[in-house]
Amino acid sequence: MENIEQRVKKIVAEQLGVNEAEVKIESSFVDDLGADSLDTVELVMALEEEFECEIPDEEAEKITTVQQAIDFVNAHLNK
Amino acid sequence: MSLQGKVALVTGASRGIGAAIAEALAAEGAKVIGTATSEAGAAAIGERLAAQGGVGMVLNVGEEGAIEALIDTIAKEYGDIAILVNNAGITRDGLLMRMKDEDWDAIMDTNLRSVFKASKAVLRGMMKARWGRIVNIASVVGAMGNAGQTNYAAAKAGIMGFTKSMAREVGSRNITVNCVAPGFIDTDMTRALPEAQREMLVQQIALGRLGDAKDIADAVGFLASDRAAYITGQTLHVNGGMLMP
Repeated sequence: MENIEQRVKKIVAEQLGVNEAEVKIESSFVDDLGADSLDTVELVMALEEEFECEIPDEEAEKITTVQQAIDFVNAHLNK
Repeated sequence: MSLQGKVALVTGASRGIGAAIAEALAAEGAKVIGTATSEAGAAAIGERLAAQGGVGMVLNVGEEGAIEALIDTIAKEYGDIAILVNNAGITRDGLLMRMKDEDWDAIMDTNLRSVFKASKAVLRGMMKARWGRIVNIASVVGAMGNAGQTNYAAAKAGIMGFTKSMAREVGSRNITVNCVAPGFIDTDMTRALPEAQREMLVQQIALGRLGDAKDIADAVGFLASDRAAYITGQTLHVNGGMLMP
């Protein structure tokens, strides 16, 4: 089983059409990986499916980097 | 059979324009789910579409949560919806001075809010598939106005604005969003009009006759197909030359 960081990075790479090696823990979806607003919505949808959770809009808005996505998943899965 | 294997949802498909659209899409090979507000209506749709594998389902677009639940059920049973035709609509005609709040609200809920709800609910599947067709049934009245239909015309014009904005939002995902604006079509809805008014309306139609539901269905079938891949955000007026915007 891959760890959460790897799973998040994989989804980010798939959704944004970038090489997985380019996806760093500190990468910003918009500034570093070239995502537009619709990409970020799709990314959140993909995270919801991968981790079988629901990410409320107000939380989703705060997820702008790979680290923040990992943090959200960790916090959610620990509950 | 250009729509072979695609799942299509047509709201308000028990009669009139909706029924013709459901049949046209089914004839092109789509797996059509047509909705009606009653069990009997849904059963009738199922019978009509049975030969092409289509089904009828009950949907009251004004009922909270009903659209989302239906789209969820369809996705589980048949797969994600690739083609959505927002056709369900009602009229509550009356002069503005006498129009009740309920008449306004009923039209907005059934004719406009339902378009928002259904379009939003199908979007996830279409975005993942990188293919989608949404065709909203507007009306000539939304573009030219009609005394006694301030509510209906406002909702239909609202659909056109919604369509343009949504088309801009999701175009990058190969999803097209268009309107078909029927003119004066021979259906139950227009048969309810007084004879004198019908005659007066026909005089304004360049082709000199009422439209047939099939005329609208053909336009929807075109917009749903790959032949219309480069058309989005448009309103296709099918009105026999009643209005040339």
